Amino acid sequence: MAERLLVEAVNDALHVEMERDPSILVMGEDVGKLGGVFRATAGLQERFGSERCVDTPLAEAGILGTAVGLCMAGWRPVVEMQYDAFSYPALDQLINHVGRYRWRTRGAMDFPLTIRMPYGGGVRAPELHDDSPETYYVHTPGVKVAIPSTPADAKGLLAAAIRDPDPVVVLEPKLHYRTAKEEVPDGEHVVPLGEARIARAGTDVSLVAYGAMTHVALRAADALAEEASCEVLDLRSLKPLDEGGLLASVAKTGRVVVVQEAPRVCGFAAEIAAVLAEKAIFDLRGPVLRVTGYDVPYPYWQIEDAYMPSVERVVDAARRVLAA
Amino acid sequence: MLPAEGDLRRVIGDGDAIPDGEVVGLTPDDHLALYRGMVLLRTYDERSVVYHRQGRIGTYAIFWNHEAMQAGSVFALDGGDWIFPAYRESAIGLLRGMPVSTVLSWWRGHPAGWWNPTEFNVASICVPIATQIPHAVGFAWGSKLKGEDAVALTLFGDGATSEGAFHEAATFAGVMKAPVVLFCNNNQWAISTPLSQQTAAPTLADKAIGYGIPGVRVDGGDVLAVYEAVRDAVLRARAGDGPTFIEALSYRAAPHATADDPSIYIDSERVEEERENECVGRFERYLRRIGVLDDELVGSVKADALDRMREGIAAAEAEPPADPALIFEHAYADPPPSLVADRDEFARIHGG
Repeated sequence: MAERLLVEAVNDALHVEMERDPSILVMGEDVGKLGGVFRATAGLQERFGSERCVDTPLAEAGILGTAVGLCMAGWRPVVEMQYDAFSYPALDQLINHVGRYRWRTRGAMDFPLTIRMPYGGGVRAPELHDDSPETYYVHTPGVKVAIPSTPADAKGLLAAAIRDPDPVVVLEPKLHYRTAKEEVPDGEHVVPLGEARIARAGTDVSLVAYGAMTHVALRAADALAEEASCEVLDLRSLKPLDEGGLLASVAKTGRVVVVQEAPRVCGFAAEIAAVLAEKAIFDLRGPVLRVTGYDVPYPYWQIEDAYMPSVERVVDAARRVLAA
Repeated sequence: MLPAEGDLRRVIGDGDAIPDGEVVGLTPDDHLALYRGMVLLRTYDERSVVYHRQGRIGTYAIFWNHEAMQAGSVFALDGGDWIFPAYRESAIGLLRGMPVSTVLSWWRGHPAGWWNPTEFNVASICVPIATQIPHAVGFAWGSKLKGEDAVALTLFGDGATSEGAFHEAATFAGVMKAPVVLFCNNNQWAISTPLSQQTAAPTLADKAIGYGIPGVRVDGGDVLAVYEAVRDAVLRARAGDGPTFIEALSYRAAPHATADDPSIYIDSERVEEERENECVGRFERYLRRIGVLDDELVGSVKADALDRMREGIAAAEAEPPADPALIFEHAYADPPPSLVADRDEFARIHGG
């Protein structure tokens, strides 16, 4: 075990996986010589050469489109989208091909590609460096989505994504790239997709979150410690979703607040609320509340904190559901 | 880098003022194989329009007068080379031994039409315009990285060259020196939009220069000129010299698809002129002039193609009804539990 920052854990996963499987190829803008704008891919080109850690043209649809072809030639591409919102030009390839090609071949060909990208706000960045685009990806059939919140999970979920036979999008909370640090297992470390993590056990209310919002939920649980026992459930992967883990937590607490950084309408919190309405309605002792970003473009960074779901908003929602 | 070619490469003459050329290395058997391929595609296309009118297949994208571009380019490949078609090339797999019934099943919306690409080295039919081009580039680049010598051929229309996917794929092809042939069948129409409204470039081949790729222009109705141009591009690719962009100039002498009404936008006299000079007839006349073809052989080649179509539609119509539970298959190698639950619920309510 070694203490690693979240971004170092990502880097470690890439080194370990590329060492293990020579068909893995990392590609993206500035991933090679520079090692990525966040240094997530640092050292890969030196270790594995410029053919397995490829600096590509600045063309996201071209990156993802050629990655589909690389799969057909027997490669296992790990694609970096430099920032969340930079991935939108690649949605054409994602929706029309990445999520459909296996189906189109009636299962004859696998497309085991991984798309990883830093996501989310709070980093005082220019426009389009702060988005939380997970809904677009989760909504796409044929594509899986994982979002770690801790360094160990960043390594383990990325390894699981790379090994998965299906396309997986991994969103990495850039706010915590260099703020989250913990012991990370050395060598091969895989966290299976579809297993939520109880980040903090509790009995009165479940705060359901993923990625950067897990940390907000944990701080809210601390703030509420005197008045309620909060359970914080870190979903870790949105598809597959650990429904069993979610329902078990709600069976225990009967109260739920879902926290999501993305805008509200049809966001993943709505999916959680719908699953609970269908499968846990008789366990619920109050309404399922959502604390989310607002339905606005991600704001100017001087006032971005007003957009981000705050500890205060989560506490407020938890108190409302506790009072119900 | 030389400027793109302006003049169209031609081999087949007009039997009058323009003399016939020849492609060195092609035997009479090669000529006949090319001709058989073109006739099979033509027969497929004409019968498909009929089948559509009879309600036996769904909406169909017609490729009449594109046969020279399809057969000529595929004939220049080795069996290990891959083809990445658009929907205009839906039947191109027939040139690789794909059953007629498979392609007809695709147009019938039956799962039997969704083939295994590795069986024929023909990628799936790509419907969204130009988006198969980066797949071909990625495949070619990936093959080269693996030390294999497979070349990829991708076909697309003039409208596709306006799409971002074309631009990004051509950019990658140039930078990665991918062994790929970017083959544009420029039939001068994208449904109702003429080439003049598609681009201000004097030729589409000119676009290649911006990517650092040679741009070649060829008469798309001349199967031998197409073959020769693609053969040269494949040799270049296999030698490690990277991609080639080929603009094959043609003219869409049939509706875009069975649902289209070109009388609203097209000059019917110009269409008539093209139909008189269509590519299968041009090659047939050439082969008669050089003594490879006679009435008897023409008759038997066409009869063979018709037989294959008859057998193909019968086989497609004999496919057992698709199992509705198939909708839950194949999207994932390892499906999420929620989808498995949906499948179970479907079975409970609808049986199966």
